[in-house]
Amino acid sequence: MADLSVKIAGVEFSNPVIAASGTFGNGECYTDLYPISKLGGISCKGMTIEPKQGNPPPRIAETYSGILNSVGLQNIGVRGFIDYYLPTLKQDGNVIIANVSGATIEDYVRAAELLDQSDVDMIELNISCPNVKAGGATWGISCDGAASVTREVRKATKKPLIVKLTPNVTDITEIAKAVESEGADAISMINTLLGMRIDIRTRRPILRNNMGGLSGPAVFPVAVRMVRQCYKAVSLPIIGMGGISTWEDAVEIMLAGASAVQMGTAIFTDPYSPLKVIDGLAGYMDKNGIKSLSEIVGQCQEW
Amino acid sequence: MYFCEKYPVVEKRELADGIYSVVVNAPNAAKAAAAGQFANIGVPGFTLRRPISICGIDKERGTLRFVFEVRGKGTAELAKISEGDELDILAPLGNGFSIPETGRIIAVGGGIGVPPMLEISVETCERCTAIIGFRDKSRIILAEDFERNGSEVHLCTDDGSAGQKGLVTFPLADELEKGDVAAVMACGPAVMLKSVAKMCEVYNVPCQVSLEQRMGCGVGACVVCSCLTVRNGKEMYSRVCKDGPVFNAEEVKFDG
Ligand SMILES: Cc1cc2nc3c(=O)[nH]c(=O)nc-3n(C[C@H](O)[C@H](O)[C@H](O)COP(=O)(O)OP(=O)(O)OC[C@H]3O[C@@H](n4cnc5c(N)ncnc54)[C@H](O)[C@@H]3O)c2cc1C
Ligand SMILES: Cc1cc2nc3c(=O)[nH]c(=O)nc-3n(C[C@H](O)[C@H](O)[C@H](O)COP(=O)(O)O)c2cc1C
Ligand code: FES
Repeated sequence: MADLSVKIAGVEFSNPVIAASGTFGNGECYTDLYPISKLGGISCKGMTIEPKQGNPPPRIAETYSGILNSVGLQNIGVRGFIDYYLPTLKQDGNVIIANVSGATIEDYVRAAELLDQSDVDMIELNISCPNVKAGGATWGISCDGAASVTREVRKATKKPLIVKLTPNVTDITEIAKAVESEGADAISMINTLLGMRIDIRTRRPILRNNMGGLSGPAVFPVAVRMVRQCYKAVSLPIIGMGGISTWEDAVEIMLAGASAVQMGTAIFTDPYSPLKVIDGLAGYMDKNGIKSLSEIVGQCQEW
Repeated sequence: MYFCEKYPVVEKRELADGIYSVVVNAPNAAKAAAAGQFANIGVPGFTLRRPISICGIDKERGTLRFVFEVRGKGTAELAKISEGDELDILAPLGNGFSIPETGRIIAVGGGIGVPPMLEISVETCERCTAIIGFRDKSRIILAEDFERNGSEVHLCTDDGSAGQKGLVTFPLADELEKGDVAAVMACGPAVMLKSVAKMCEVYNVPCQVSLEQRMGCGVGACVVCSCLTVRNGKEMYSRVCKDGPVFNAEEVKFDG
C-alpha cells in the first residue's frame, strides 16, 4: 500500500487525516467502530485553563450541506484533560494535538505551560472560536491580537505550535503572516464561518446563542481558497480543513497547499468517512504513481 | 457497543397519517439494544442524522423497529423508504430505561413520545400500565401493541375523540393514588414530562424521563445535545445522546 505518511513541524503522521477539534471528543466515543490509531492524529476537544460550561441549547442547526454550532467550548479544563483523557489517548492514538482556547493571553499561556509538561505531541491554538464572547476569535481577527497570543505562548512551550485561523476576517493572509513572524510552526484552517438561522414560525433563531459557526461541505470552497492564499503568503505548513468529506476533497485542498487535513462535520454524517478518505488517498497515490503526498502539496496550476 | 451499518428494511407500514413503522433486519444492533435507547439514522442528502427511538427489539429475529412521524424535510425523506431498501443506522445509542425487576411500572407516553415506551411493556407485560395520550383519534398509534403485551392501557386524547378526554396526568394521578408503583417512565413533550416529574415527586415515586435535543454526532463526541441537569448538587450540562436520553427526573432542570 502507498506510503501515506506526512511530516508537519517535525512531527511524523502515519497518514494525513486528523479528526478536527470539537467533533471527535477526546477519542473515546468512536472506539466501538474502529481503533483511533487508524487516524493520523486527533485534535482534541477545545480546552481552556478552567472548566467551561458552554452555551445553552439548542447548540446545533442544520443548513444546506452543513451545520451551525454554538457549543461555546464546554470542556473539563486542561488539568482534567491531562489527568483523565491523555493517558488513554497516548496509548491508543497516534499524534495527539491539544486544542487550546482562552479569554486572556494569561489563560493561553497557563494552558500552554501545563501542556508543555504533558505528553501531547502538538498544541493547536484556537484563536478563532466564534462561539464565546471573550477570547476565541477576538484574538484571531486582528494581526496584533494573533501576533501577541502566538508570541507569549511561544515563550511558554517548546511543543510544536499550530495556530488555527478564523475565516471571519477581511484578509486571512495578514493573520497568517503575523503568526508566522511570532514563531508558529504551522497553521490550521479554517475554523467555522459565523452564521445564523431563524425559525420562520417562531421568529426565533434556532440556536439559543442566536449565531453560530458554519461547517461542513457548504464551506469547502472557502477553505480551499483561503488555504491557497495562505500557501502563497507564508512558508509554514498548513493543515487544511472545512467541509472535507471525500478523498477527492482531501486531494483538492492538498493541491491548494495543505500538507495534511482535518475532518469534522463529515464524521457526523458518516463516522467512517475519515477511514474512507485514507483508503481513497492510498488508491489515488497508487493509481497515479505518487510516492509521497508532499509531491502534490500546493501543486495547483493556477491560470 | 453500537454499530454503524446499512440494514435492509423488512417491513414498512403507515400507522396513522404521516406516522410510519419501519422494521429493519439488524441482528448485531438488535442483540445489543435495550429499551429506551435510540438510533441516529442517516438520510440521503442531509448532513445530520435523525435521532429516532428504538420502539421494538426482537433479539431472536434480529430486528429493530422504529416508529417516526414526518415533522420536517429529513423525516419526509426518510418516509420514502420502501421494503427492501437499506437504512443507514447508527445504533443502539445512549442510556435506556432501567426497569425494576419487580413491582408495578407506569409507562407514560405523549404523541410521538409513545414509541419508546412500547419496549418497556414488552419486558414487563402485566406489570406495566401504559398511559398514552394523543391530540385526537386520528393520531392514535400502538395502543393495541401495549394491550397485546398484557399491559393495561389508559388512552387519552386532547379533544376527547377517543378514550379519556384530557391530559395523561389525570389517569396518572389515579394510578399513583392506588400506590405500589415501583417506577414511572415517561417520554413526550417537555411540559408533559415536567408535570409527570412533579407528580412523581409528590407521591415519592422514582421517575425516569426520556429527553429530546438536537444532535450532531449522537455518540457523545460533540457536546451539542446538552440539557441542564443537577448532579452531586451541581448544575451542569449533560449530553442527551450519551448521558441520556433517559434521565432520572430529579436530575433534570426542565426550565434550563
Ligand atoms: C433521543 C430522541 C429520540 C427520538 N425519537 C423519535 C421517535 O421515536 N419518533 C419520532 O417521530 N421522532 C423522534 N424524535 C424526534 C426526531 O428526531 C425529529 O422529529 C426529527 O429529527 C425531525 O427531523 P426533520 O428533518 O423532519 O425536521 P427538521 O425540523 O427539518 O430538522 C432540522 C434539524 O433539527 C433536528 N430536529 C428537529 N426536531 C427535533 C427534535 N424534536 N428532536 C431532535 N432533533 C430535532 C433534526 O434532527 C435536524 O437536524 C426523537 C428525538 C430524539 C432526540
Ligand atoms: C460541534 C463543533 C465543535 C467544534 N469545536 C471546536 C473547538 O473546540 N476548537 C476548534 O478549534 N474548533 C472547533 N470546531 C471547528 C472544527 O474543528 C473545524 O474547524 C470546522 O468544523 C470546519 O471543519 P469541518 O467542516 O470538517 O467540520 C468545532 C466544530 C464543530 C462542528
Ligand atoms: S450529539 Fe454529539 S454529544 Fe450528543
